Amino acid sequence: MKFGIVTFPGSNCDYDAYRAVVDALGEEAVYLWHKDHDLQGSDVVILPGGFSYGDYLRAGAIAALSPVMREVIQHARRGGPVLGICNGFQIACEARLLPGALLRNESLKFVCAPITLRVENADTRFTSGYERGQLITLPVAHGDGRYSADEETLDRLEGDGHVVFRYAPDRLQAEESYNPNGSMRDIAGIVNREGNVLGMMPHPERAVDPVLGRPDGLALFESLLQHVAA
Amino acid sequence: MSRFRVAVQVVPRRGLLDPQGKAVADALHTLGFAAVASVHVGRYLVLELDAPDSDGARAMTREMCERLLANPVTEDFHIAEVSAE
Repeated sequence: MKFGIVTFPGSNCDYDAYRAVVDALGEEAVYLWHKDHDLQGSDVVILPGGFSYGDYLRAGAIAALSPVMREVIQHARRGGPVLGICNGFQIACEARLLPGALLRNESLKFVCAPITLRVENADTRFTSGYERGQLITLPVAHGDGRYSADEETLDRLEGDGHVVFRYAPDRLQAEESYNPNGSMRDIAGIVNREGNVLGMMPHPERAVDPVLGRPDGLALFESLLQHVAA
Repeated sequence: MSRFRVAVQVVPRRGLLDPQGKAVADALHTLGFAAVASVHVGRYLVLELDAPDSDGARAMTREMCERLLANPVTEDFHIAEVSAE
């Protein structure tokens, strides 16, 4: 299976995503330059983390108009999987592949820490390797991660099971401080209506090797592999 | 075609949490400006563009705001000025 990882000017997790796919998952990965109109036959597209275009105007706003995004959007419309991580989530929202927007953290601080997530939906092609309700630990590293949408959109996301990951309290994170950015309804990751586009602020690609802590992100890539290969 | 100068204000939508505005309000209170009830921090953009007339310049700016300059989910925009150069 082939993963295409888009490199925008200012992306900085493209290499992490590449290593997760090639080393941890043992699959093929290629870098896709943002100026090319070519996905090189990728089965899955990853929009990686970073600070594309210096976050000018709004995080992800200018990257969403990059040449390669035309092909990424077509790929998504054909049902092809797209995984947007951190800045990639912001880009996917700005490209209107996902509803809502990501705003400045409520604390106004950049947050870089391992956090606890609850898997809300284990019935997506990204999360079938987890159990519903499972608590996992992934790193976050962002300044603009406060997911926001109107009440109607939030109700629909919840009602349709499109909230995939939520920030959750656990032994280590007090009840009042488990949400790192003040996101509405503690949302950390969502899928689109068709279930083929996932956007999330935490970094599964940075949690695939036991050397760096709990490899709780690996199951996400394994889930994708299982579904796309099937 | 004439050249126009267009100014646009983009502000966070009322009702949405605006922590940056709140931080500025708190700092103003620290300076003694107790009269400040709230602050909202947005962007001010100045464009120079060519259009047949000011209505055309305004319509073009509106489309640019809807497609890029403002986020329709979280921000409101206001075309504050359209003037011939």
